[in-house]
Amino acid sequence: MLSYAAETGKGEGFSPPDAGDFNLPPFIEGNEFATKPILLAFLSVILISLFFYFSARRAALVPSKLQFAGESVYSFVRNDLGREIIGQEFMRFVPYLFTLFTFILVNNIFGIVPMLQFPTMSRISFAYVLAVITFFVFHYVGIRHHGTIKYLKDILFMPGVPKPVYILLTPIEIATYLVVRPLTLSLRLFANMFAGHLLLLIFILGGEYLLQGSLVMKLASPVAFAFGIALTFFEFLVQFIQAYIFTLLTALYIAGAVADEH
Amino acid sequence: MEGSLNLVGYGLAAIGPGLAVGMIFAAYINGVARQPEARSVLQPIAFLGFALAEALALFGLVLAFVL
Repeated sequence: MLSYAAETGKGEGFSPPDAGDFNLPPFIEGNEFATKPILLAFLSVILISLFFYFSARRAALVPSKLQFAGESVYSFVRNDLGREIIGQEFMRFVPYLFTLFTFILVNNIFGIVPMLQFPTMSRISFAYVLAVITFFVFHYVGIRHHGTIKYLKDILFMPGVPKPVYILLTPIEIATYLVVRPLTLSLRLFANMFAGHLLLLIFILGGEYLLQGSLVMKLASPVAFAFGIALTFFEFLVQFIQAYIFTLLTALYIAGAVADEH
Repeated sequence: MEGSLNLVGYGLAAIGPGLAVGMIFAAYINGVARQPEARSVLQPIAFLGFALAEALALFGLVLAFVL
């Protein structure tokens, strides 16, 4: 796409980062599973488990700093995402929402941690799996709560709508519940992580390439690096927002499935 | 896709979400200006709206790379 974009003179030209840069080859030759994103996913699970294990170990009434941090994260998901949105029966879903939130957040943060620097969710398979699990969770919850026929009737033929509108409404609802919701959930997370990582790559690799150029380009490279630093902070915000949004939307879909009447 | 047509497509596709994000946060600022106590009530809604609108711009960006 950008093949003609940057022949800036010296050397063989700048080859801007593209989607191929996300294809990290495996460490061990034949083994397809020993790639960096998979190791990062395992590492995130280990880190989260250790953090919360040590946070809850000597739980006192007056919390220590670690316990306070762990409890803050948990109560954020439980109250602001669970109780606020799902309402009465929220405790059943808090483990799943909490797992989603912390898993996505830690994997996103790996995008700016110095030695790791690869957001796991920028490989789309991770995002697809989480969205598929959410899809099964909220449909299963709806079917368990309402019964299959009544649940399907409620979502496909919304009550309180004049009859002829169903010709227009029902295909849209089918597309929404079966296709659009899991697809946009996964693509939103993936696209944010992909675009963020790509931006960081462009500014930092570009800044380093500019250092090898003429004097004018050498003077321009600190600007590129400064943008890289600013974007790193921005990426931190975006990563937190994306983890929050994924969990928030999951909670909203579950709330919609469990809700009694419109 | 030949040439930079996908970039032009992405640029056009980013008009809508750009306007949408601006309008969402304009509504949030208006709401907080009228009633500062509503800040924490409106904030999750503002971020939810922002993420939903931003998602469309990012689909365009990803498709510009893929195609």
